[in-house]
Amino acid sequence: MNVESLLARLFPGGHEVRVDGDFIDGNATVGGGPDAATIAVTGTAHGAAIGVELAHAMAGSVLRTVSGHPGRPLLLLVDTQGQRLRRRDELLGINAYMAHLAKCVDIARRRGHRVVSLVYGRAVSGGYIASGMMADRCYALQDAELSVMNLPAMSRVTKIPLQRLEELAQTSPVFAPGAGNYVAMGALDALWSGDLQAALAAALAAGDDLGHDGRRERGAARGGRLAALAVARQVRHGGLA
Amino acid sequence: MAQSYYEATARQRLAGVLDAGSLRELLPPAERATSPHLPRLDLPVAFDDGVVVGRGTLAGRAVLAASQEGRFMGGAVGEVHGAKLTGLLERALDERPAAVLLLLESGGVRLHEANAGLIGVSETMRALLDARVAGIPVLALIGGTTGCFGGMGLVARCCDLVIMSEEGRLGMSGPEVIETVHGVEEFDSRDRALVWRTVGGKHRYALGDAQRLVPDDIAAFRAAAVAALDAAEARQPFALETLVAEHAALGERIARFGACGDALEVWRGLGVADPAALPMLDTADFLAVIERTLDHRGATRR
Repeated sequence: MNVESLLARLFPGGHEVRVDGDFIDGNATVGGGPDAATIAVTGTAHGAAIGVELAHAMAGSVLRTVSGHPGRPLLLLVDTQGQRLRRRDELLGINAYMAHLAKCVDIARRRGHRVVSLVYGRAVSGGYIASGMMADRCYALQDAELSVMNLPAMSRVTKIPLQRLEELAQTSPVFAPGAGNYVAMGALDALWSGDLQAALAAALAAGDDLGHDGRRERGAARGGRLAALAVARQVRHGGLA
Repeated sequence: MAQSYYEATARQRLAGVLDAGSLRELLPPAERATSPHLPRLDLPVAFDDGVVVGRGTLAGRAVLAASQEGRFMGGAVGEVHGAKLTGLLERALDERPAAVLLLLESGGVRLHEANAGLIGVSETMRALLDARVAGIPVLALIGGTTGCFGGMGLVARCCDLVIMSEEGRLGMSGPEVIETVHGVEEFDSRDRALVWRTVGGKHRYALGDAQRLVPDDIAAFRAAAVAALDAAEARQPFALETLVAEHAALGERIARFGACGDALEVWRGLGVADPAALPMLDTADFLAVIERTLDHRGATRR
C-alpha cells in the first residue's frame, strides 16, 4: 500500500503528516469527540534505503515528540528495504545512526509514550531492527513483506539450493520472508486488515504491560520460536558451571 | 609477551580479559544448547552456538561477560546465540555486577535462521538498555577477525563504551555486501587499506564511535576494561539528555564530513595535518596525534 492511501485509511478525519521524500513526519488525530487524541507519526516511505540522514531525521522526530509532548503516543510507519548499502554511510558510522534511532524509540517507550509500529510495505533487516522492532506494539498489514533476505539471495550466500530453502520454508517460519512468520515467532502482535483506523485505536488503548519484552513468550506460545524462551531463562536463572 | 586478541578464540579472549581462572560459564558446552535449526539444513552445530556467556571477576569485581566466536559461522546470531546474550543481560538485573562485558565478533544475523536471529538481536538490544537503565555499565570489546557488523554493530553502539583495537572493524554492512550490490568501484572489499580506514578501529576512534583504542593485545583490552569500570562514560545513565547530546553530535558529523569520500578527508577535516600518515602509526603515536589535534581545536568527540 502506498503511504498516501495508508494515511487516508488510518486517519480518515484528516492529518498533518508530511511525506518529504522518503521521510514521514507529523501529527494526526485518532478517535473523535472527547476521546480524540493527538499522536505523533514518523517513519519511512517508498521502500526507503535508510542512510545516515534518514535515520537521523527519524530520531530527531522522536526526540522532538519526547521533549516537546511528553506522553504523546507515537506511531512508526515502516516501509524500508533496509540500511543504505553505500561506502559513504559506513564511513560516517551508519551503525551509530541506526543505534541512535533505536535508542530514541526505546527512551520514548521508557518515558511513558505508547509506541506502536506498523509495517505497511517492506521491512528488511537492519532498517526494521533500528525502528519498528523497538516499539512496544508491533503490527503489519496482511500483505506486508518482512524479511532479512529474499530466498534467492539467501541461497547464493549460504550455498544451499533454492529449492531446498523453498521446501523448508513451507514448514518452518525461522528464515523465510513473510509477515506470518514474524507473527508465529512473536515479533508481531498481529496483522491488520480492513478498518485500520479502528485497529490503530485498539492498539493505542491496549494493555499496559509497557516495558516487558513479551516476544519470546509469544513466540513460544504460538509454536514458532521455542528455544529462545527456554535458553534465555536458563542463562538468566540457571546455575554456574 | 603480547597475546594477539585478533587471532585468539572467543574462550582465550575471555580467559585473558577476566581475572585468571575466574570464569564460570552459564549453559556451558556440556549442556549442549545447540541450534535446533542448523541440523535441518545438514549443517554442523556448536555446543555453545558460537557464544560463551558466564560470570567472572575483573580486577576482583564481579562482572558478567559474553564472547562471540567468529570461527563458528562468523559469530552470526541465531536463535540460541541471541537468547544467550539476552539472558545474560537480564541476569545482570538480578545480580547487579560491576559491568557486563560484550566481546563482540559477528557478521550479524545468521541467515540460516534469519528471522529468529533478527528478533534475537532486537531482544538483546532491549535487554542491554534495560541493564543500562538499571545503572549497570555495558562495555563492548571489538578486535576479532570477523569484525562487528549487522545487528551487532547496533548492539555495540547501544553500549556505554566501545573498546577497539586498530585491527577491529565496526560497521553495519560488510564491504563484501556493498561490493556485491553496487560494484567494486563503490567499495573494493579486497583493498585492505581502504576497508580498515573506512570501518577500522582508528577511524572509529577518530570519529568517536569507539571511546578507547588499544593495541592488538589481550592484556591491553583487559587493562582498558578494568579502567572503564570507573570511567565517566560508564557512569552516564541511559537518559533523554544523553540522546539529545548524541543527536547533536551525529548531526554535526553529517554537516562536517557528509561530503567526504574517504577517511583521509575526514581526518583532514578533523584537523590532522598529515592524514596519510595515520594508518602507519602504532596505537600510542596515533592516539598522541588525535589528542593533540582535538586539544588544539578544542573539539569534543562523541
